[in-house]
Amino acid sequence: MTNSLLWTPLAFGFVGLFLPRRAAGWWATLGAAVTLAIAIVLAIGFDSGAAGLQDTVDVTWIAGLGVDYSLGIDGLNLFLILLTAVVWVAGTAFAAFREQDRPHLFFLMMLLGETATLGAFLAQDLLLFVLFFDLMLVPFYFLFGAWGNDRVGGPSAPAATLKMIVYTLIGSLLMLVAAIATAVIAADGGEITFSIAALAQNPIAAESQRWIFWFFAVAFLVKMPAFLLHGWMPDAYRAAPLPALAVFSGVLAKVGAYGFLRVVLPVFPDASVEFQELLLLIALASILYGSVMAFTQTNIRLIAGYSSIAQLGFITAGIFALSADGADGAVLQMVNHGLVVAPLFVIVAILAERSGTEDLREMGGMAARAPIFAALFLIVTLATLAMPGSANFIGEFYILNGLFDSKIVFAFVAISGVAMSAYYALRLYQRTMHNRRPDGLESREIDVRDGLVLVPLVLCIVGLAFYPQLILKRTDASVQQALAKSASPEKLTSTGRNVGSGSTYRPVGGEK
Amino acid sequence: MFQAPEIDYGALSPVIALTAGLCVVLLAGVFDAVKRAVPALTLAVIGTASGLLIWRWNDPTELISGAMRIDEFSIAIALIAMTMAAATVLLSIRERAVEEAGSGEYHSLLLGSLLGMVLLSQATNLVTFFVAIETLSIPLYVLCATNLRKEGSLESGLKYLIVGSLGSATLLYGMALLYGASGSTDFAGIAAGVGGAEGGLVDDPLFLVGIAMCAVGLAFKTSIAPFHQWTPDVYQGAPTPVTSFMAVATKAAAFAVFVRFFVEALGFAADEWQPALAVLAAISIVVGNVGALGQRSLKRMLGYSGVAQAGYILSGLVVVTEAGVSALVFYLAGYAFMNLAAFAVIVARERETIFGDEIESVRGLGAERPLLAWPLTISMLGLAGLPATVGFIGKLYLIEALVEGDYTWLAVFIAIGTMISLAYYLPVVAAMWMGGREPSPAAPAIAGASPEADPLDPDAGRRPSLVLPAALAAAAVVFFGVIPQPLVDFAEQASAAFPFS
Repeated sequence: MTNSLLWTPLAFGFVGLFLPRRAAGWWATLGAAVTLAIAIVLAIGFDSGAAGLQDTVDVTWIAGLGVDYSLGIDGLNLFLILLTAVVWVAGTAFAAFREQDRPHLFFLMMLLGETATLGAFLAQDLLLFVLFFDLMLVPFYFLFGAWGNDRVGGPSAPAATLKMIVYTLIGSLLMLVAAIATAVIAADGGEITFSIAALAQNPIAAESQRWIFWFFAVAFLVKMPAFLLHGWMPDAYRAAPLPALAVFSGVLAKVGAYGFLRVVLPVFPDASVEFQELLLLIALASILYGSVMAFTQTNIRLIAGYSSIAQLGFITAGIFALSADGADGAVLQMVNHGLVVAPLFVIVAILAERSGTEDLREMGGMAARAPIFAALFLIVTLATLAMPGSANFIGEFYILNGLFDSKIVFAFVAISGVAMSAYYALRLYQRTMHNRRPDGLESREIDVRDGLVLVPLVLCIVGLAFYPQLILKRTDASVQQALAKSASPEKLTSTGRNVGSGSTYRPVGGEK
Repeated sequence: MFQAPEIDYGALSPVIALTAGLCVVLLAGVFDAVKRAVPALTLAVIGTASGLLIWRWNDPTELISGAMRIDEFSIAIALIAMTMAAATVLLSIRERAVEEAGSGEYHSLLLGSLLGMVLLSQATNLVTFFVAIETLSIPLYVLCATNLRKEGSLESGLKYLIVGSLGSATLLYGMALLYGASGSTDFAGIAAGVGGAEGGLVDDPLFLVGIAMCAVGLAFKTSIAPFHQWTPDVYQGAPTPVTSFMAVATKAAAFAVFVRFFVEALGFAADEWQPALAVLAAISIVVGNVGALGQRSLKRMLGYSGVAQAGYILSGLVVVTEAGVSALVFYLAGYAFMNLAAFAVIVARERETIFGDEIESVRGLGAERPLLAWPLTISMLGLAGLPATVGFIGKLYLIEALVEGDYTWLAVFIAIGTMISLAYYLPVVAAMWMGGREPSPAAPAIAGASPEADPLDPDAGRRPSLVLPAALAAAAVVFFGVIPQPLVDFAEQASAAFPFS
């Protein structure tokens, strides 16, 4: 089952090469939909109380090097897998509705991207994880470079993409060295294994953890991206084709945050504790920087891009609160953010198609004749700013709760991020949908094809707003296991436990 | 009384087959009736020799009183060279240089060089070592210059001859010093003579200078920086099929003797030369990768990239462990596939367009000729070490060996070098798939056309003699990237030929 989840997209991609041009997009969408169906079946069969891995696959891959092909699902990755599957269906369908240049290759790359991303989430072998982490870049290199936009007065699409690849690979190649070093040090002359669970069982000496931690951390922080390591983001986001950008921003950025939970905290617990404050500092800087940049940008893609930096800063802060609450919130928020940012880019694409520009100053008044579109956009906006009642609110609440518990000073600064998100999200909404409509701009309702993409995504947001426990209940046990070595015991009992056992759902806190 | 050594003709048969084949091919080229069959004949010779080599697998034998040894390691290296030679024959079909030099001469020179490589991979004695390296080199000097009407080709041959001779001279001087220190020309004898019971000569300056000069001589042959200056010029000037042969086969054979000589003869003094070789590898990685940046000519770019790859490969020897040597063999095999795929495409585009080997020649190739674009794309991604290619597994193998051997800093160099290399491999991919698609001009434009340019062959990109090697090599790059176990086994058996503790 896990195997078919992983390889279905790629198989569909290859078969699609032999179909007529017009069918390629729909075939790919079907492939993504089948993948989603498999993911849902897996999620239904998931045993929510268990902390360990389920539906595992474990085969020796390269015997001489100690690398295993080992996959598994637990509370950490279950919903990220679902998120991947959902967002990919939307992105592929959105692309299929539109004419694509060289469609065979485009959809092959889209589906290869899905397989690689699912692989990164599923991998339980450190080397396999690194492999899929790097492999994710290949399809997106093609997608961004070949179908992207050259910017007048800026870098061409291939140049912008190359910058992204070099940035990301700087991190991940050093991660490869670090992964091997971890396994070799842990083996201590014996049989080498890259199994994450085995490496987490006997962490290596704190001294070695110290440098290896940074090799991993840099790789993940670049991917997110975090403040100071985000240099590739503006150019790449401006160059990227929007369907690909929706899945990229919605899912791939989360792989970095997920890597912290899956690899860094369990395998390098001592270093995680040691560098906790430094990482929190980076997270806060990302929140502040991302928010401020999102205020000031006029390019609507970049507003979404910088807001992602801020949101991922939040997620990082939640992870490095090193408490069950913070990490639970981080997992929830990863899913939330993916569900918010993917429709946001679809909306950006629709806006850009209508107005012929991506500049906020030349937009406005879109809502006049498009109430449904406006309503959908408003829901996405409110979720982005973590309105109480949305799942994002719960996520941010958990993160802040965890942060208050462990590092109260950081929590106070992080709160400002919540306020700022309201400003940039509403600014984006108002300037595009309200205000005076510039001449020549048409306001019309979204058509069925865009509705088919947007409405399900928005329904996911709404559904999760009603029942965030769906995620929290299933992640908690795994999160506690991941934190077992780095968090102090009293921080391992999460608020989620109390809430989950109660009969009524109370979003705020556990008492009464 | 002089006792003639006993000769095991069975174990010697691959060498004999090559030598005999070389003569037959040379003669066949003389008679017009069979002239056309020369390439097929050459392939038959290579096939026979490869078959004989495979037959000797798992049967290590000392040859001619210990002057040579045929074992899994030498067979593995020889097979890599054989593969490249066979591919070179295919790439040379319709090559201008073959007509210029004469088919019989061209192919017999190729076989002569191949013979040198097989001998070199088996050499366990200083004399065999030196004779083999000259047998390998001299035909190559000539092959480089076979495209008589191209200035670059002659220059390339001359340059290679002068620099190559310098390398050989250095090597020979080093050998003399080692002989002086040990009193033996056998690899085992050197180890026994210097590192034996007394072991007093290990710190002797002349002995150390001997090691250093041998290392420098071999660094010339394997194009390791800072002894690489000839590489880009020679690669660019030589006829492209010859370049592809040089790039991989020469490197493989030279590394074979590099490993055998340093492990078997000088292994006891590993502490003395390990750090020096590690520094050489690091310099090579940096110089090669930086030099390749911004090159317009694909052959020059691959030349510099070859310098960097030589640095990666050398790092497998640095650690002097079985894992290191397996990684080295694995990487060489993978390198052969990756380079072959690239060079086959370059040959095709050289004949199809007026741009020669410039990066312009592949612009828009993805839409125009996907069958050529894919092999080159896979090759570039593989050389850049991206996952799902043999290049990734190769680097993984090397890094693991380095970390285990306490050379983590060198592993970091490999990672950094790989990062730099993206900046020149990926633009080739970008040129093929991204950006404006200009139709390739059929008529020669003003720029780029030179009176000495060869007539174009607009169908070169469809000829099976080019497409087939490219496609097969690219398929191998992906196959061994996804299912590396067979190649890992191959490399492990090869490295097991050495008695590491």
